[in-house]
Amino acid sequence: MQHTLSLIVENKPGVLARIAGLFSRRGYNIESLAVNTTETPNLSRITLVVNGDEKVLEQITKQAYKLIEVIKVNDFTGVPVVERELALIRVKSDASTRRAIIDLVEIFRASIVDVSDKDLIIEVTGDSEKIDAFKKNLEPYGIKEMVRTGKIVMERGLKL
Amino acid sequence: MQMTVAEAIIKYMQEEEGVEILFGYPGGAVIGFYDALYNSTLKHVLVRHEQGAAHAADGYARSTGKVGVCVATSGPGATNLVTGIATAYMDSTPIIAITGQVRTSAIGKDSFQEVDTRGITMPITKHNYLLKDPGEALRIFKEAFYIAKTGRKGPVLIDIPADVFSAKIEYIVPAKVELLGYRPNYEPHPLQLRKAVQLIKESERPIILAGGGVIASDASAELIKFAEKINTPVVTTLMGKGSIPEDHDLCCGFIGMHGAAYANYAINESDLIIAIGVRFSDRSTGKVETFAPGAKIIHIDIDPAEIGKNVSVDIPIVADAKRALEKLYEMVEPKHNPIWWEKIKEWKAKYPLRYRWDDDEIVPQYVIEKIYEKTKGEAIVVTEVGQNQMWAAQFYKVKRPRQFITSGGLGTMGFGFPASIGAKIGNKDKIVIDIAGDGSIQMNIQELATASAEKLPVKIFVLNNSCLGMVRQWQELFYGKRYACTLLDVAPDFEKLADAYGAYGRRVTKIDELEDAIEWALNINDAPVIVDIKVKREANVFPMIPAGGSIDKMMID
Ligand SMILES: Cc1ncc(C[n+]2csc(CCOP(=O)(O)OP(=O)(O)O)c2C)c(N)n1
Ligand SMILES: [Mg+2]
Repeated sequence: MQHTLSLIVENKPGVLARIAGLFSRRGYNIESLAVNTTETPNLSRITLVVNGDEKVLEQITKQAYKLIEVIKVNDFTGVPVVERELALIRVKSDASTRRAIIDLVEIFRASIVDVSDKDLIIEVTGDSEKIDAFKKNLEPYGIKEMVRTGKIVMERGLKL
Repeated sequence: MQMTVAEAIIKYMQEEEGVEILFGYPGGAVIGFYDALYNSTLKHVLVRHEQGAAHAADGYARSTGKVGVCVATSGPGATNLVTGIATAYMDSTPIIAITGQVRTSAIGKDSFQEVDTRGITMPITKHNYLLKDPGEALRIFKEAFYIAKTGRKGPVLIDIPADVFSAKIEYIVPAKVELLGYRPNYEPHPLQLRKAVQLIKESERPIILAGGGVIASDASAELIKFAEKINTPVVTTLMGKGSIPEDHDLCCGFIGMHGAAYANYAINESDLIIAIGVRFSDRSTGKVETFAPGAKIIHIDIDPAEIGKNVSVDIPIVADAKRALEKLYEMVEPKHNPIWWEKIKEWKAKYPLRYRWDDDEIVPQYVIEKIYEKTKGEAIVVTEVGQNQMWAAQFYKVKRPRQFITSGGLGTMGFGFPASIGAKIGNKDKIVIDIAGDGSIQMNIQELATASAEKLPVKIFVLNNSCLGMVRQWQELFYGKRYACTLLDVAPDFEKLADAYGAYGRRVTKIDELEDAIEWALNINDAPVIVDIKVKREANVFPMIPAGGSIDKMMID
């Protein structure tokens, strides 16, 4: 099962190496990773998607807590969250296909951020499924390149 | 007051942390540190290999309960410490490793003697630092010592570039340590304690499993009081040896691959394991799926990550062993468990630790018994790794915590002798012996020079079976007696070797020379001694539960 973990860490040199090292050493695979600053200076947030059952997750969480620079570990599994990824996709396009691609971009509320006579760069944000679906729809036109960020999540304010 | 970083950290270690001794080896990147040491009152022991420094600091820490400190230069100096740091990490001993690094401006350029020491030691330290900003030196030192000696103890490394040692700073020690992500929990949760007490009350076949954590938390007295109140047998792990006197009525020896049969039977047939400061390592449990199948488990440990890691636990208690045991002692009602004790006494009578006698050759177990006798069970026993280690554990019954010192988790050959140097320095009034193998002793033999220079009368007893006995035993039992690369037919003359290093040496080949040689060694006070005892090559360690096996696979002898 996939789990999304969010780690609040002290923003010290080497902290990412420590976390990556811990995961590889203990055999936990990182599916997705996003690292950035937070609203608090000196603190960073690391959002990780990992695979494993409850027992594995419990161990990952505890092992992560053992790192001196890890302050908080949140498991967002089953918690209502807003989740986002961002992708930049370079797709082949000429006059004959441009209109159809623009239609897709509108349907997915993506946007075209660069145009040339041979291709377009499209920016799309959303959860993983949406980005996967968008990519699938573009495939027939020929995807030349794709860059995708790790997932970031935020807990929803209203608890149902 | 202005001073260099080197001066400041020496002052800090002496005045604030009570450090009395460093074990180290100089080099280009730490020359500034050694220069500050030149005018200092802090004692430094010059080892002959950095691995020896780490093990000596470790042996000092294990035998005294204080923090051990070792020092090495950058590059090869730091990498030579690695085995010693990993050894300390696996057994949770508090040491500080100070390493030199290339100048700040040279970092990252594959400079002479540059390695990424912080990167290399990340997975084998509790925490580590690269001290780049001289102004951070005292904060980092304070944190490092705090981290090493609190919570689950462990090694902390501080890597210091050469130019930082000589940078000038103001000597201001931060008032307190502020670590947002490090708050070890010492107090047991009252609700969990109540649940534990209930389980104890209901159990018919309870057993206490005491590990190294009991010793680390100085909880031996509390353990004994608690065990006596509920009249419950105590088994230990290898690391827990000494947490209860082994001649105590409640003590049932140590469990695991080479533990006493009665200890393994007792834990496997129990209906409740009260595990304190253990990590259920594979060498202790054998096959986890079949370990103590009928037992509920109460697991007390300071490290939450140990709970549920290897075995499923019924009552987790994250706490310091001492405090948890104090509380449990107050809360439990006395118990007697007479039927259970019948059973245990039966096992003890039926399966005592024993060995096969040989009329022609000296048997190693007998040697340990004799050393035990001659030292009246009072010596600090340090071991190497292999059969020698297991025979020492089986046949030297210790009386107190910190009396049995062994590399349990990493199983580091070459640990024993330098660790015994550290132990002797920390325990001048006690006899310190190293039970060694002919293989292991050669891994850090150069430390004879250190022990001679320091006039340390550490007593090395080599159980010389002319082979890498433990591996040979596996080959005999599981690999059709194909002794690939385990027979040490060419060995040094240990008598001459001792002599060459300014130590005393003596060889024992006949059983009637043994007692005399032991007494002779014990009476030497001014230099290290090696007693090279030729023992039977084919002697094996039994009982044995093969790796990953269950108790029904136990070979008694
Ligand atoms: C540094 C290191 N290398 C290899 C091993 C694997 N090993 C474990 S026991 C052993 C044999 C040790 O031989 P010796 O010191 O003579 O002890 P004996 O078993 O004969 O008593 C070996 C090679 C080890 N534990 N540590
Ligand atoms: Mg040997």
